[in-house]
Amino acid sequence: MAGSLEVGHPAPVTCHLTDAIGGTTRVGFTEAVSVSSVSVAVVDLRGVVAVQGGFPVLAGADLAVTRGEIVLLRGPNGAGKTSLLRMCAGLLPIERGEASVLGHDLTVDRTAVRRRVGLLGHANGLYGDLTVADNVAFWGATVGASADEIAASMRRMGLADRLRDVKVGALSAGQRRRTALACLVARRAELWLLDEPHAGLDAAGRDDLDATLRDAAASGATVLVASHELERAGALATRVVEVVGGVVRAPAAGGEVG
Amino acid sequence: MTLVAVARLVAAKDLRIEWRSRVVLNQVMPFAALVMILFAFALDNDAALTRVAPGLVWLAALFSMLVVVQRSFAVEAADGALDALRVAGVRSDGIFLGKSAALALQLAVLEAVLLLAAVVLYQVDIGAGSIPLLLVTFVAATLGLSFVGTLYGGLASGASGRETLLPLLMLPVVAPVLIGATRATEAALGTNGASSSEGWPWVGLMVLFGVLFGAGGTLAFGSLVDE
Repeated sequence: MAGSLEVGHPAPVTCHLTDAIGGTTRVGFTEAVSVSSVSVAVVDLRGVVAVQGGFPVLAGADLAVTRGEIVLLRGPNGAGKTSLLRMCAGLLPIERGEASVLGHDLTVDRTAVRRRVGLLGHANGLYGDLTVADNVAFWGATVGASADEIAASMRRMGLADRLRDVKVGALSAGQRRRTALACLVARRAELWLLDEPHAGLDAAGRDDLDATLRDAAASGATVLVASHELERAGALATRVVEVVGGVVRAPAAGGEVG
Repeated sequence: MTLVAVARLVAAKDLRIEWRSRVVLNQVMPFAALVMILFAFALDNDAALTRVAPGLVWLAALFSMLVVVQRSFAVEAADGALDALRVAGVRSDGIFLGKSAALALQLAVLEAVLLLAAVVLYQVDIGAGSIPLLLVTFVAATLGLSFVGTLYGGLASGASGRETLLPLLMLPVVAPVLIGATRATEAALGTNGASSSEGWPWVGLMVLFGVLFGAGGTLAFGSLVDE
């Protein structure tokens, strides 16, 4: 695939194994999901062009990501990292090219994939008048998560005790970020799309986040992280790719990490 | 999740937000009562007030509804929650019906308070015989207003200047409900010599209005908030 990046990583089998990834993986961390030894392309983009507000935000992006990978998207502001994440979440119309995410052809239907991905953008998607527990319960309920799974999500992000009954509007920015991450855990996404997830988190929160993402990947989820915090996110990632001018490029030497 | 399950989840969430914030109780209801009092000051004539009371009740309900609809979508837009609902693949018809149901419940409480205010401030007399038509009128009007409010609230939520855009978009559309509800309420209360039989055709108009906007909103809400 032209322009795709396989830096020190086994070449993915870029076929659409719907049976293998068609909704059977549920990552709640309470039960481990066996990761297939077959390398399956969870994200498979070929020459994707996307335009937003008359401006080409993706200009022929190629990328293949296999299940269980944690891929760091790095690049300058306005390079297209956020657009790439939003496109993978089915939020950005595709002008040209081929885009398959979790076996869904996004050029045909952008909505079906949404239930299976979790996107954390610059906004947290929380209700300020609801408590932490209310928010996590609501987002968990959208995928039918049980009360135990919701409680486990809050515990994982350190929200189960004194913060659980506090209104989100009264929390600090870092605590709101933790709550948003707990909601994402409760949603049991198969593909995590995170835009600057470390922003606003303290050291403990960053450690919790990194551990959560490693556990998610070990359980069969796939993670794409857009970040400017190269040292932190780079240590977490199994692969680094560079996004510049709406195109995915090979990273500079040393791009392979982990 | 089924349509009903999603609608119930979204409605419960919206009502829980109101329960925790008390915005309708502490801000919108006093606003509605204030509008009724100001109408009384402006007209300053008991006979005239009693005569126009049905129209004033529904005008106050419309103004109050604007505030509730704006609030309903402001909480979705404040931290990107509506966007997050789209990403989560929560079915848009369920979101529409859930938000409409929560809005209808809040409106129903508001309208009950407004009617009570009309009794106290405008000397409106509600006889036992007027209750069936009055109840049906309030249910039909509330459903119609809720569907339109949710549809146009969603439409305006992504636009710049949404606070001023919403009344401009919505008020002309709800004119048939304002007229129908006022005439049917007049018929129920016997205002201006109207008989209750004159009210039922207006109820029919509001039911048709509600069905059209309910069906239209259920089908179109997804594309409205998606693009």
